[in-house]
Amino acid sequence: METTIAAISTAMSASGIGIVRISGPEALEVVSHIYRSKGGKKKIKEVNTHTIHYGYIYDKDELIDEVLVMVMKAPRTFTGEDTVEIDCHGGVYAMKRVLETVIKNGAKIAAPGEFTKRAFLNGRLDLSQAEAVMDVIQAKNEYALKSSMDQLRGSVHRAIKEIRSNLIYHIAYIESALDDPEHISLDGYPQELLKIVDKEQEEIENLLKTASDGKMIQEGIQTVILGKPNAGKSSLLNLLVGENRAIVTDIAGTTRDILEEYITLHGITLKMVDTAGIRDTDDIVEKIGVGRAKEIARDADLILYVVDSSTPLDENDEQIISMLEGKKAIVLYNKTDLSPVVDIESLKTRTGHPVIPISAKEETGIRELEEKIKTMFFSGSLTFNDEVYITNARHKEALEEAAASLKLVRQSIELGMPEDFFSIDLMNAYECLGKILGESVGEDLVNEIFSKFCMGK
Amino acid sequence: MKTLVEDYDIVVVGAGHAGCEAALAGARLGLSTIMFTVSVDSIALMPCNPNIGGSSKGHLVRELDALGGEMGKNIDKTFIQSKMLNCSKGPAVHSLRAQADKQAYSNRMRRTLEETKNLTIKQGEVTKLLVEDGRIVGVETFSGAIYNCKAVILCTGTYLKARCIYGDVSNYTGPNGLQAANYLTDSLKELGIEMYRFKTGTPARIAGNSIDFTKMEEQFGDERVVPFSFSTDPEEVQIEQQSCWLTYTNEKTHEIIRANLDRSPLFSGAIEGTGPRYCPSIEDKVVRFSDKNRHQVFIEPEGLYTNEMYIGGMSSSLPEDVQYAMYRSVPGLENARIVKNAYAIEYDCINPRQLYPTLEFKSIKGLFSAGQFNGSSGYEEAAAQGLIAGINAAMEIKGEDMLILDRSEAYIGVLIDDLVTKENHEPYRMMTSRAEYRLLLRQDNADLRLRKKGYQVGLIDEETYLKIVEKEKRIDEEIKRVEHTNIGASKEVQELLASYGSTLLKSGTTLAELIRRPELSYEAVAPIDPDRPELPYDVMEQVDINIKYDGYIRRQMKQVEQFKKLEARKIPQDLDYAKVGSLRIEARQKLEAYRPISIGQASRISGVSPADISVLLVYLEQYAKRRNNP
Repeated sequence: METTIAAISTAMSASGIGIVRISGPEALEVVSHIYRSKGGKKKIKEVNTHTIHYGYIYDKDELIDEVLVMVMKAPRTFTGEDTVEIDCHGGVYAMKRVLETVIKNGAKIAAPGEFTKRAFLNGRLDLSQAEAVMDVIQAKNEYALKSSMDQLRGSVHRAIKEIRSNLIYHIAYIESALDDPEHISLDGYPQELLKIVDKEQEEIENLLKTASDGKMIQEGIQTVILGKPNAGKSSLLNLLVGENRAIVTDIAGTTRDILEEYITLHGITLKMVDTAGIRDTDDIVEKIGVGRAKEIARDADLILYVVDSSTPLDENDEQIISMLEGKKAIVLYNKTDLSPVVDIESLKTRTGHPVIPISAKEETGIRELEEKIKTMFFSGSLTFNDEVYITNARHKEALEEAAASLKLVRQSIELGMPEDFFSIDLMNAYECLGKILGESVGEDLVNEIFSKFCMGK
Repeated sequence: MKTLVEDYDIVVVGAGHAGCEAALAGARLGLSTIMFTVSVDSIALMPCNPNIGGSSKGHLVRELDALGGEMGKNIDKTFIQSKMLNCSKGPAVHSLRAQADKQAYSNRMRRTLEETKNLTIKQGEVTKLLVEDGRIVGVETFSGAIYNCKAVILCTGTYLKARCIYGDVSNYTGPNGLQAANYLTDSLKELGIEMYRFKTGTPARIAGNSIDFTKMEEQFGDERVVPFSFSTDPEEVQIEQQSCWLTYTNEKTHEIIRANLDRSPLFSGAIEGTGPRYCPSIEDKVVRFSDKNRHQVFIEPEGLYTNEMYIGGMSSSLPEDVQYAMYRSVPGLENARIVKNAYAIEYDCINPRQLYPTLEFKSIKGLFSAGQFNGSSGYEEAAAQGLIAGINAAMEIKGEDMLILDRSEAYIGVLIDDLVTKENHEPYRMMTSRAEYRLLLRQDNADLRLRKKGYQVGLIDEETYLKIVEKEKRIDEEIKRVEHTNIGASKEVQELLASYGSTLLKSGTTLAELIRRPELSYEAVAPIDPDRPELPYDVMEQVDINIKYDGYIRRQMKQVEQFKKLEARKIPQDLDYAKVGSLRIEARQKLEAYRPISIGQASRISGVSPADISVLLVYLEQYAKRRNNP
């Protein structure tokens, strides 16, 4: 375990302070490159252990944030390794920039649950905590995979897939020629490859720009609207969308048929999940099945449960109510324009969640809903998982590595290296891009060789 | 009734390329070994193509040779043409390929086996394995004889329940009409071993005097032949070589094939075995690559003892009349007389995940297997496994550490790891792209990589080993010298650079930096290196490669360091994966089925994610601590 890892270690609400945590043998080294004290004289590598230092984080000469840096040297730290924590004051954006700067200076993005894993492997956690540690790793990983996939925009997903499929084709071509030199010739091929490499390099650079603008993934509070058929889910959605006009839509990619919509309320972004289901049929449960609905509910940061107050609660409602347990949810007591048959008080007790009367038709109660979400968010009770912040940094790390690998290919071609050297770095780029899509290499190359090129005997 | 009962240390079942290496290794390591074959006249038979080596397969032969195997020596004595492939590419993918005189190859191997101490050759079919308490104790033959032993190595090749097919003709024989082995499969199944059925094929053999070679391109061997074996004197292999010939299929050939596809047993479903994608039959190629209007056909001599020619590139299982029509549509083959028809062959083999990387069965102690029986294809892949299985059977009997080569040490390591760790649904062929550290696994340094291991095992003598130690030392010293030799911008230097079209020096540099320039080499800079010691060619070659590709080699070595760490984390074989609570179900099932020996191996099993590996690491830590302080 000799790498130095970094991650954002607190789930953040919009107003909070975020902590970037760095652990590993190079932790102090990494921070020494980017920290400046007020007088500029303090050397972070020379300070006593378990001390806190006021100062600034710089990316080269650019000031990123005003921070407090806590230095803890091994072994009395959570992970048992040298650890530095940077308290960022400048909000989400600054915190992400600090993390990126840390990565630029030699740390690696932590794998999900890696801090906990290290703590355990270094004997900092009790043996009896092993089970819990394993659960954390698996849960965080699942979430990271999900946030990576769910938040990757369809267009980005498609672009990466395309780059990968071009890369693997050319690797397979080179490899077929190496395996079967009498059938496949590489004469004049390097010049052709140079063009391909330049083109793919440009594509990756574009994606990197997208990532830097924060547009590669859309962060937001994963929000799902649930309710039985005709409870008024789509009217609610239209209302929220219509009033805010800050919609971002993204046409579904080939692998997903979910339409994503983003709604910004007072600076808080809600990512509406599975809105396609709602728009098409107004019946998300019926369309996607109870199992999948449960899954969506489980993964959501916030559930908006729409109750038709004019008809008695039925089986659908019962199922939805059971999904609300332990979740952040707001119950919307809809159709107040009609005569209610559902008792609002008992709904409160039964669900254990706040109930807001609305009329999607007459557009009343929406303001109260927005206020409620705002209060929940700023009070810190509604947050989203820190893995989300990391996802973007992870993608960037992978893109940068892929770009660097293609640069090496270019170099090798220009140096006139033999063709077999090209495929090593091409493969590395392919692998890095795969990480973004959550795809490993496996037998991809061998399969591509056999399917695209006619081999010997 | 009285039954013959004999005692041996090792029983080898099969005398193909795997069986020969296994039996030789066992016997040479001092264990009494008996090798069974259905026909003594088919020892080391080459029932398909007449070559040894080729891309990445040549690497296997060199590695096997460095460890003390026989194949390299045998082909050096019996080849009739040799080529170093990929010479224009990087040193990592240079690969030797030789055309063999098939009969000479087989004869010399047979003689070598016969002359080996501790080795008995026996014609007979092994029909049953005798197992007691999960450990092999002997075998029974068709005649009812019992051979008690401590280890068995199964190298049955393509003979188990073999069936040869073309058109609607189907013969229950092994290759070349040889007797199939029809009983052993049942014994294996009774022992709970999971079997697969694979398929492969071979093209027709055509009488040489019916071929018009003037319509073909002649293919020569290399002017200067490089031997396979590190022990062969290079002068000995500078022989008069035979030519091969190149011709092409054409649209007419393809039409004939397309018109008769319905008569192919492959397309009609009469063949159930899984065939290899890399070695497609001509009908497969025509269907799958329909945009290609011609395919290459290599005409290769089967040996000096016959005029039969191997028709490389046109394996087939089409009916006899179609075979005649399609071969005769190829330029030069218009009047071809077919000596042996092309055919497909189906055979039983195992799902190799039942093996440890030592090639021993996880479920039966003392039972090893190698070659096509393990789901691989190719003579070289078979021989390499045979050698490892032979060594490990001997090591186990002697109570010594078994030999596992990892993916960073040898192509043999890649081959075996792929077989026992990955899902394998077709005959496995070695390819250079399968070796992720191939810059380190070159054919030119196989001796440096593996001689020492061969010596430790006991197949390489001390003299040979000391030679390698000496070679290593000379390489290191010379690299150091070259790295530290400063070169100034003298007139002599500038002139040399200019003559190679290389940029002139503005200031001083080192000799090593000059060698790294693509247009220069260790040899090229000799005139400006007056202190250069006299060194043999193979040392100079290593110095050149190591300096020239230093940056790339270093990068791979760094990756290897990481890789080795995970390989070193062993997993206890009695681990109960059901107790590792947080593993995902798929990962748990896979780990149960494969029972990997290390975290490294576990991480290569498809369906086991990095998070599962983290979970496993945490569990192992807890497991170890509990064990130490119960």
